[in-house]
Amino acid sequence: MTNHLIKGARPYGGEPADILVTDGRIAAIGDSLSATGAEVVDAAGLIALPGLVDLHTHLREPGREDAETVETGSRAAALGGFTAVHAMANTDPVADTAGVVEQVWRLGEQAGLVDVVPVGAVTVGLKGERLAELGAMADSAARVRVFSDDGHCVSDPALMRRALEYVKAFDGVVAQHAEEPRLTAGAQMHEGDRSARLGLTGWPAAAEEAIIARDVLLAGHVGARLHVCHVSTAGSVELLRWAKSRGVQVTAEVTPHHLLLTDACAEGYDPVFKVNPPLRTDEDVQALRAGLADGTIDAVATDHAPHAVEDKESEWAQARPGMLGLEQALSVVVETMVETGLLDWAGVADRMSVRPAAIGRLSGLGDRSHGRPLAPGEPANLLLLDPTTRVTVDPASLASRSRNSPYAGRELPGRVVHTFLRGVPTVLDGKATR
Amino acid sequence: MASSAEPAREPVPGALLSSADVARVVDRMAHQLIERAATIEPGAPDGGLSDLVLVGIPTRGAPLARRLAARIEAFTGTAVDVGTADITLYRDDLRRRGVRALEPTVLPDAGIDDRLVVLVDDVLFSGRSVRAALDALRDLGRPRSVQLAVLVDRGHRELPIRADFVGKNVPTSRSQQVRVHLTETDGVDEVLVTEAAE
Amino acid sequence: MKRHLLEAADLDRGDATLVLDTAAQIDQALAGREVKKLPTLRGRTVVNLFYEDSTRTRISFELAAKRLSADVINFSAKGSSVSKGESLKDTALTLEAMGSDAIVVRHSASGAPHRLANWVRGSVVNAGDGTHEHPTQALLDAYTIRQRLGRLEGVRVAIVGDVLHSRVARSNVRLLHTLGAEVTVVAPPTLLPVGIGTWPVEVSYDLDAVLPKADVVMMLRVQAERMNASFFPSAREYSRRYGLDARRMGALGDDAIVMHPGPMNRGMEIAAEVADSVRSTIVEQVGNGVSVRMAVLYLLLGGNEPA
Repeated sequence: MTNHLIKGARPYGGEPADILVTDGRIAAIGDSLSATGAEVVDAAGLIALPGLVDLHTHLREPGREDAETVETGSRAAALGGFTAVHAMANTDPVADTAGVVEQVWRLGEQAGLVDVVPVGAVTVGLKGERLAELGAMADSAARVRVFSDDGHCVSDPALMRRALEYVKAFDGVVAQHAEEPRLTAGAQMHEGDRSARLGLTGWPAAAEEAIIARDVLLAGHVGARLHVCHVSTAGSVELLRWAKSRGVQVTAEVTPHHLLLTDACAEGYDPVFKVNPPLRTDEDVQALRAGLADGTIDAVATDHAPHAVEDKESEWAQARPGMLGLEQALSVVVETMVETGLLDWAGVADRMSVRPAAIGRLSGLGDRSHGRPLAPGEPANLLLLDPTTRVTVDPASLASRSRNSPYAGRELPGRVVHTFLRGVPTVLDGKATR
Repeated sequence: MASSAEPAREPVPGALLSSADVARVVDRMAHQLIERAATIEPGAPDGGLSDLVLVGIPTRGAPLARRLAARIEAFTGTAVDVGTADITLYRDDLRRRGVRALEPTVLPDAGIDDRLVVLVDDVLFSGRSVRAALDALRDLGRPRSVQLAVLVDRGHRELPIRADFVGKNVPTSRSQQVRVHLTETDGVDEVLVTEAAE
Repeated sequence: MKRHLLEAADLDRGDATLVLDTAAQIDQALAGREVKKLPTLRGRTVVNLFYEDSTRTRISFELAAKRLSADVINFSAKGSSVSKGESLKDTALTLEAMGSDAIVVRHSASGAPHRLANWVRGSVVNAGDGTHEHPTQALLDAYTIRQRLGRLEGVRVAIVGDVLHSRVARSNVRLLHTLGAEVTVVAPPTLLPVGIGTWPVEVSYDLDAVLPKADVVMMLRVQAERMNASFFPSAREYSRRYGLDARRMGALGDDAIVMHPGPMNRGMEIAAEVADSVRSTIVEQVGNGVSVRMAVLYLLLGGNEPA
């Protein structure tokens, strides 16, 4: 195994230091380190952060390999500075058995660019009718701890209660896609001034908030862990703040796009901006940023959702919801949270690595841990970011197999220069190593 | 006014006809129209004027037609029918000229069938407006004959069209512009020649 | 004028007035003529691309284009490549390759004409998209109001019915506001969109309170299916509270007119004796539709280089 000496990086944006990586671990951090035989990586001026962990990635394999594969999605993740991603269960076939989650996990190992951590479906076929074999998935080689019907809400309250209770047996967590389906039939965008004018069926904030309110009460009642996917409204932040103040074991994520974009993007009807939950108002964006800053929202999760061209180059209503996120996630967080002064670099590491890893129970896996501090002895999962370069996003140059980036043509700050997974460079000089 | 003996040459940019010139030219054209009407049906009690219809081509052909009718009435005591025919929708060069607001098309109650229609326009240039007007007339009725009266003929015809009544012949270069101003539309009577802006 | 007519907001006051004035001149020029045909768009091709059945709108556009001597191709989704799964984009590019200068599109998806406009070089005219807009309907309605009442500035218009799902209402609210009319929308709260507070309208739930002050009452079609989705309890209750019957018509001022974009549900939102009364402009609206659409096609296509 090649050892690396990373020269002059700034851990967490602090004073420059050298980082010596040997045998997959951080051997030392300090001034003027030297090591014979180690490959030197010039990192002068670059910020070192622990490898990012995504709680919410759609890799589309098996089933829609034309939109993304585990390999292309892994490459996109590595280029975005991630070292672990949770692969959502809404594949075809659905990841609702030990067999499917193990298949996805193995494909991730073969790609070798990030640790692909499968998410198991809560209910068979995501149908919301009966529980999938959650225990079998937990016990499989994929070691599933996060369960989600994402794309669909577990809307039956009794079923949701049972799921929350059941996964306690193996320290699992139910990640809820909070959307009361009876309130969002045919919904196309945030319900408000713009939907009224554009004639697109509205997706009311209350449809998300009603489920979150119900679920935090249920989680509190049965003493279980609940994770709320892609929180999108100011009201949701308030509910989460209230639940946390009451001691409910609830965590939540926000997507980069909900931190940056608003429903104004729907003007012009370009479905690249169609996403579920929908882009909300500026007021919601500000509340989400504040919630992420104060820790009410624990994590940034991409909800990276690749779609084939034909699923986006269509009428708005016919298009599939979802947008790419892995490769621009950190840049969007820099723009919305760091450059606004809401988070420092340690805060970024906390929301994009430490806490998501903790929620996914990836922090205590020894050599295979994620979300660990940049410190001697820890697995060498880290990224090096050039914070000063601004990059104009060109969808054609993305590693994802799909092109549905909502940031096309937008200039964003920061560029991931190097990424290391357990001491092995997955990205060097902005290029994937495999 | 320039004598016809003078060789054709480009006029110096500036005023070609003054207000008084315009009035004199209109009067002369009115007399010519009266003479022509008398040839439609020799010996008719109204001098043929009841068979005459002056149809102005907007914008400035319309007030010009009304003026001619007023002068004819002043000279003869007989009122002459006047109409307007907007030709915009008949133009074959819309793609190059672009769209513009339409102006009214109004024909006298007696119509134009079997009558002498005199189209009235301010400037005769390529002849394309007249061609469009002839097409419009075809859809509006079936006149006995159609003739053309223009205040200024500046040459450079692109079609085999000539005027029957001309207020003034003005040889111009293609790059020049002839502008007719009338009190009704522009607040003043005058005809100007200008060099087109580059 | 912009290159496309996608929504009423594409027209500023000058543009909208130009369309209405042009329609009036065309009307006048063609009145009483045997040959109701103008050579204006000779050699131009107008495609009627209809993804929804709408015979009256398609015929109106077809007649308008033909009276301007354009070549007209009717392309309906049924029985075409569209029913075989061809995408809107592929259809658009095919039509463009065939040399269409304008595409008149009716589609069940809001915003489909906006998408189309990104993919073709010719003009796109929205002939109704989902629950978004139907701008030429609003233009013909404004034309009809001006013809009947002589003005639009300060005219008080009540738009009554299923505003939530109505593209006619959206276009009329925008256009009538642009032209200086004062609009009140009247509906049960379930049939008004969340966010209507930002529209330039008054909102009322009480038809009887609005009628005496209205110069124009525009009744919208209400689909009985809405009842099943609990937008209102029953057709009878809807009709009783929001239908325009003879008794309510009696509350209108002497010169007030009654409009309906058609097709009507007689007995639901409008009683037969109202629809057939002298106040009703429903038949005029149909005729005016052709003139207004001629004006739109002329103004969009007349001056442009062919695509």
